[in-house]
Amino acid sequence: MAAILSVRDLIKRYDDGFEALKGVTLDIEKGEILALLGPNGAGKTTLISTICGITEGTSGSVTVGGHDIVKGYRAARSMIGLVPQEINLEPFERVLNTVRFSRGLFGKPKNEAHIEKILRQLSLWDKKDNRIMELSGGMKRRVLIAKALSHEPEVLFLDEPTAGVDVELRKDMWEIVADLKSHGTTIILTTHYIEEAEAIADRIGVIAKGELLLVEEKQALMTRMGQKQLQIDLVEPVTDLPAALGTYDLEITDEGNSVLYTYDTRRERTGITALLAALAKQGMIMRDLQTRQSSLEDIFVGLVAEDAA
Amino acid sequence: MNWQAIRSIYTFEMARFFRTLTQSFISPVISTSLYFVVFGAAIGSRIQEVDGVSYGAFIVPGLIMLTVMTQAISNASFGIYFPKFMGTIYELLSAPVNFLEIVLGYVGAAATKALFIGVVILITSAFFVDLQIMHPFAMVAFLLLTCVSFSLFGFIIGIWAQNFEQLQLIPLLVVTPLVFLGGSFYSISMLPPIWQTVTLFNPVVYLISGFRWAFFGISDVPIGLSLLAIAAFSGLCLIAVWWIFKSGWRIRK
Ligand SMILES: Nc1ncnc2c1ncn2[C@@H]1O[C@H](COP(=O)(O)OP(=O)(O)O)[C@@H](O)[C@H]1O
Ligand SMILES: [Mg+2]
Repeated sequence: MAAILSVRDLIKRYDDGFEALKGVTLDIEKGEILALLGPNGAGKTTLISTICGITEGTSGSVTVGGHDIVKGYRAARSMIGLVPQEINLEPFERVLNTVRFSRGLFGKPKNEAHIEKILRQLSLWDKKDNRIMELSGGMKRRVLIAKALSHEPEVLFLDEPTAGVDVELRKDMWEIVADLKSHGTTIILTTHYIEEAEAIADRIGVIAKGELLLVEEKQALMTRMGQKQLQIDLVEPVTDLPAALGTYDLEITDEGNSVLYTYDTRRERTGITALLAALAKQGMIMRDLQTRQSSLEDIFVGLVAEDAA
Repeated sequence: MNWQAIRSIYTFEMARFFRTLTQSFISPVISTSLYFVVFGAAIGSRIQEVDGVSYGAFIVPGLIMLTVMTQAISNASFGIYFPKFMGTIYELLSAPVNFLEIVLGYVGAAATKALFIGVVILITSAFFVDLQIMHPFAMVAFLLLTCVSFSLFGFIIGIWAQNFEQLQLIPLLVVTPLVFLGGSFYSISMLPPIWQTVTLFNPVVYLISGFRWAFFGISDVPIGLSLLAIAAFSGLCLIAVWWIFKSGWRIRK
């Protein structure tokens, strides 16, 4: 599949000399959801701002739908919807008006039906005549999303869409994202909530200190990098582990009814066969086995720590 | 050209204006009436006529110019400064529009508002004095050019300003004095010779004089010079806007 968004060696140095992006290269395919994970100050907003035309890159190139964001800025930007991290809205404006404005600004002809659909989908329809300042924080965030969707973008950027919002909105947001994806919209979202990336992304990019550390299929990432745990339920409970098993990373759990074995899936040998054989040799009879994948959170923390070291 | 975008910016800005219509409408009417009371009645009773025109009528063109200039500047500078201040400028920057389209939308709206208020003052004045307009086309042309060029100037101030103080600075320190000393309420010939010379360095004098000529056929400076002055001012503002566009000055980080 062809990349709908292609970033090449993108460097962004701010006026004060600070290099917020240190040569980012990234391809995003049409219709996928990419989550950019990274701690505060990693450069997530800078990356999005540069792609969307809010800041100018220092060097490197970006194309959206094959259009260079500088030379073909009209075509490129027409395809993009942006939900910024900050709630930037004019307090005295009314909801419907500000959403209509966005559509017109992007050069799209009037389409009240489309705007109504979006406002309904975002549960904003009853608030359409309210002034922005009368809305709660979560509602304001919805208005930002409505603005971004008003011009039917093919690529949608969501910069920390669920930072500081209530659980309800977060769930709604995930639904909206899933719905957009089913209609072929490409979505790039930044977050520092790993559960969010885990819940909705197809691929995950990890960014720290202006560098993209990796981009991988969520599943592949979890398998490749993840630690797994094997839980072995025993027929007869144990209190101590035999010395012969000292070389394995084992832990007694469930009041001695099971042992937990932690292993790294990245290693060539997981040691499972040998462990099971050793357990049998010690006369420990197994009743059941189950494995558990570690969460992205563990992976993420490990990765960023590794990078810092 | 993204006409849709220009129209959107224009109508959005105009909506802001119409939302506060009474305010936008009442305040120039009241201040014009006050000017008539203070200048027309109080001073007018001492100065009967200036160059054959009754004093009350004489101050009308200057009064219109004064309001139009200050309104154009404040509307346009506020119009573009506000999105910068609120952060909503992100949307303009990420939209498929170029700087020219942004300028057309904002400056067009600011100029329209200034024009609207100018017309309101003209109508209000007609209740106080007998007005004649000798050169209506020239009058309209001067009014339009002033609305547009001062809106452009206001737009530049709005782009330049980094805070509210700066936004007020130029209008307060430069524009207001020039406009008040620009001969709105008196003829240059009424000043002592030395001040007549000094006054000729004030560009606003040329605009007000030209505008007054369109009404009464009398002027402090030749009408050709007035035209040249407004053309030069418009040209300078256009060049400045073009340069901002080219350099991206104070717009993109
Ligand atoms: N306008 C700016 N001028 C200078 N440095 C900036 C500017 N904006 C952001 N930065 C710096 O760039 C880095 C990345 O910021 P940002 O992209 O906002 O990170 P994130 O969105 O991942 O939290 C931070 O260290 C931040 O301080
Ligand atoms: Mg950010």
